[in-house]
Amino acid sequence: MTSSHILTGRYFMNGDHACAEGAIAAGCRFFGGYPITPSTEIAEHLSSRMPQIGGVYIQMEDEMGSMATVLGASAAGARAMTATSGPGFSLMMENIGLAAMMEIPCLVVNVQRGSPSTGLPTLPGQADVMQARWGSHGDYGVVAYAPWSPQEFFDLTVHSFNVADRYRIPVLLLADEVVGHMVERVEIPEADKIPHWGRKRPIGSKKEFKPFEAIDDDLVPPLAHAGEGYRLHFTGLTHDERGYPDMSADTHQVLVSRLVEKINRNPKDLIRTETFHLEGARIVVIAFGSTARSARRAVRVARERGLPVGFLRLISIWPFPEQLIRELAQDVDAFVMAEMNLGQMIREVERHVEQPVLGVNHAGGAMLAPEPILEAIEKVANNGSTSSR
Amino acid sequence: MRQEIRISGFGGQGVILAGFLLGKAFSLYQDLETVMTQAYGPEARGGASSSSIVVADYPIAYPFVQKADVLIALSQEGYTRYRGETKPEATIIIDEGLVTPKPEDQPLRIPATKLAEGLGRRIVANVVILGYFCAISDIVSREAVEEAIRTSVKPKTLSLNLEAFEAGFAYAKIEERNS
Repeated sequence: MTSSHILTGRYFMNGDHACAEGAIAAGCRFFGGYPITPSTEIAEHLSSRMPQIGGVYIQMEDEMGSMATVLGASAAGARAMTATSGPGFSLMMENIGLAAMMEIPCLVVNVQRGSPSTGLPTLPGQADVMQARWGSHGDYGVVAYAPWSPQEFFDLTVHSFNVADRYRIPVLLLADEVVGHMVERVEIPEADKIPHWGRKRPIGSKKEFKPFEAIDDDLVPPLAHAGEGYRLHFTGLTHDERGYPDMSADTHQVLVSRLVEKINRNPKDLIRTETFHLEGARIVVIAFGSTARSARRAVRVARERGLPVGFLRLISIWPFPEQLIRELAQDVDAFVMAEMNLGQMIREVERHVEQPVLGVNHAGGAMLAPEPILEAIEKVANNGSTSSR
Repeated sequence: MRQEIRISGFGGQGVILAGFLLGKAFSLYQDLETVMTQAYGPEARGGASSSSIVVADYPIAYPFVQKADVLIALSQEGYTRYRGETKPEATIIIDEGLVTPKPEDQPLRIPATKLAEGLGRRIVANVVILGYFCAISDIVSREAVEEAIRTSVKPKTLSLNLEAFEAGFAYAKIEERNS
């Protein structure tokens, strides 16, 4: 990585540009995409930056092709990404599953807009949360992050590349239009302050190398790049340790279980949360992405009014921090889940706690304001333990 | 301290750039917490357009303007649409050649577009009105905005933009002396 490509300094920058610079700072040198609002500024920025730094920007014919180029570039050794929104995310789903199955690291940024379908192209949404988890067919572990500011969009872009490489997975970065277009101060650190986790690379004899043999406890096989002299075979079919198709239930059980288990086994690297005012809290508000900004204000005002309320911000939305939620549930009377959709993440909270969970929802198109969250807090505080969806 | 500032006009007048310059001045050169957001129509030019800045001396959670402390209107539609979303004591600044205020309203007036035309390019009306706002505001520093201009606009337009800023600033000072 050439450090001179990293624009160390303080900027007044929008979230999409911060993501693009985060990618460059992380050493990403390949972007394949199909620009779509509100993620367009990521592609636009990288279309001028990549050629400056010896990277590649390819505008493809659609999102399926975009995802395919990203997998090819990554298999050849590059840190590679794409960025999309709305229906583009749906079109990428098949090849995201292919990335999971072939264990090819990459970053897919989804700047969420009002949906379903073409929905509200220029306006925010957070309704792709469950699609991020379950959107491609089949079982596979998923890691997804949701930034709440341009600075965090930068930081999580770097982190997502690290996680993708470390675990050989596609990482999903679920921003939203508010965070993508909002302009705030962004500090780009010096090159040596930017965390870098490399790919696990093969050691030992090229002859004996098996590209899908998980020799370590973390269940992640070392990744050899195309052209290095190792025998490689990539397929979306169920495959054995050599990468060859094997149509047996036993092989399928081993492979798919490992794709799920390599994520479940390593929560410490993957799960990220932030908490505020949890001391003495009887009510905990949960939110992520831009909605967390409204939730934070609502919680601050509620605290000023003497209500015993705390705040949990989900930075990783997948894996879901179920252990933390269960720990919180030991001390609180109720939860409030605020999200810019009609009730997706609330199901995750509900299945880990016995307390009532009050949803604050909006179909998207405008950021969820602090007031309805504050009303929900007051309602829960006044009702004691009763609540409704 | 939390101040909410909205700059409105039509696409092509540079209200987004004006907001960006002001926000950058607060954020990078006055070290205040600052968020800028924007709204615009699908048209490249001519549609309604606005930029909003929230500036505070503590971390900003909710990033949007709810009731503006300052409204700078460069178009009639920008004035009419956003006049209602201001605080009762808000500072209203209009381009007097382009906006006719409601009879009960007593906004601050500057012929920003006319002054810009006097400099040879009407497209710098946004920076003229920014200079005016800077002169009458007690939270924004002149040096900070000038630095934001220097580090943001294309080199070949720098002197024009600095002249435009000075023209707006000086207009406010002349008004102040005459009042």
